[in-house]
Amino acid sequence: MWKWLHSYADPERAYKLSGTLLPWFAMLAISMIGIGTVWGLVFAPTDYQQGDSYRIIFIHVPAASMSMAAYMAMATSSFIGLVWQIKSADWAAAAIAPIGAVVTFIALVTGATWGKPMWGTWWVWDARLTSELVLLFLYLGVISLYASFEDKVLAARAAGILAIVGVINIPIIKYSVDWWSSLHQPSTIKITEESSMPTEMLYPLLINIMGFGVMIGAITLVRFRSEILARNGMRPWVRELAKAEGVK
Amino acid sequence: MNKGISYTKAFSTLLKRDLQIAVRHRGDIFNPLLFFVLVVTLFPLGIGPEPQVLTRVAPGIIWVAALLASMLSLERLFKADYADGSLEQMLLSPQPLPLMVLAKVLAHWLLTGVPLILVAPLLAVLLHLEGNSYGALIATLALGTPVLSLLGAIGVALTVGLRKGGVLLSLLILPLYIPVLIFATSAIDAAGMNLPYDGQLAIIGAMLIGSLTLAPFAIGASLRVSTN
Amino acid sequence: MQFDSINEFINMGGYGFYVWLAYGVTFFSLGTLIVLSVRQKRKVLVEIAKKIQREERLKETRSNK
Repeated sequence: MWKWLHSYADPERAYKLSGTLLPWFAMLAISMIGIGTVWGLVFAPTDYQQGDSYRIIFIHVPAASMSMAAYMAMATSSFIGLVWQIKSADWAAAAIAPIGAVVTFIALVTGATWGKPMWGTWWVWDARLTSELVLLFLYLGVISLYASFEDKVLAARAAGILAIVGVINIPIIKYSVDWWSSLHQPSTIKITEESSMPTEMLYPLLINIMGFGVMIGAITLVRFRSEILARNGMRPWVRELAKAEGVK
Repeated sequence: MNKGISYTKAFSTLLKRDLQIAVRHRGDIFNPLLFFVLVVTLFPLGIGPEPQVLTRVAPGIIWVAALLASMLSLERLFKADYADGSLEQMLLSPQPLPLMVLAKVLAHWLLTGVPLILVAPLLAVLLHLEGNSYGALIATLALGTPVLSLLGAIGVALTVGLRKGGVLLSLLILPLYIPVLIFATSAIDAAGMNLPYDGQLAIIGAMLIGSLTLAPFAIGASLRVSTN
Repeated sequence: MQFDSINEFINMGGYGFYVWLAYGVTFFSLGTLIVLSVRQKRKVLVEIAKKIQREERLKETRSNK
């Protein structure tokens, strides 16, 4: 089984595989986010407490949960790259980092625009908001560390170590609402118990969460492909591709 | 066959060497300390000398200043050794790298963390810190500054090979410092209000043990990357 | 349908500004990210192609000498 998996560590095969996967991911992401957003904005019932302002939830929660999931994905692929020296994993980590940073930024901005009408302030220094901000700094640290090495093999290793060390922050974000008293409401979706949310609100939210996940996957594939090309500039297959597509 | 010196011998030799070097360059010890004192004295000038205000913000100021001072002193942890090649000698030596790294970090903490802890109560008097917070201040600094040295060393090890490491270093390690800062200041605040603060102390202690066991390996791995 | 008219939909029960600001920022930044990511591939290929051309020119001048 591992032999079969290893053949996809070959850059050319990884490039081709991600090329065939990309349209499916893109289509799935567009349709899911489209359905979820329209359902959430137009058809989901109005919240009896928060009125229509709660409709921000349909992007805020997906962005926030995916910001953490993307970090875990980045750290995991960095770990694979460090331990088994699989370069494709390093490139995948480098591809995810900017996407994670953007998604974390979205989670922070949508949180602020939701906090203003509900709490009366754009920002409070409570545990969850602060740790999400720290997550953004971690992403930026990984990106700039990766950018500041000339040798990208070393860069991936250094950034990978940082990413793995930063994983400590993930449980802090996840459980900050339960551990500290906070303005931020506790999570409304629970896996084991019944959710504290009517199903007409829950379904579009779940669709959007999955949609964000698939979208991150799709953008990761796009960036992963260019990362492969950039790191394998001397390989004959990349040169042929460059001759065919690169010259205007 | 000569298997070289024992682990304890290697550890103490490296520790002694680092301390000796620092004693010969006294500025390296005093500059961060001076920086710490200067930053703390700037705050009363900036926000006004009212004792009530200062009492309220004293824990935060002292901790933020300690954090910045420890970051300032981190640069020299591996830089000189990297420049003159003794770092590579260390990497090539038969002794385990995490052990050697731990000796260097311990030396760094003895030279910068301990003086900070000793000066902090004096500055706390200047900032009118709550009378019953002194114990908490010393305890959090004693448990917290080694964590700062250990986590910071990871960042330094990652950036030691880069020419423009300064700002990058702070971007890398400040996010990791924030949990320590939060728990330390909340412990001092709780002590000021006569509330129990052993919970926060226990968490900082857990961070210390966690970083003490894991950070040397991360530092070692980062050094191997940087000196490649 | 929760809203009776387009105006009501845009107004969002008085929270229109916040809701549309959130959605606007989200889709703007995602769009920017996607456009930059898609363009990245082309940029990489153009760079490699330039490099190949440079090498070929170098080879030619050497062989002419």
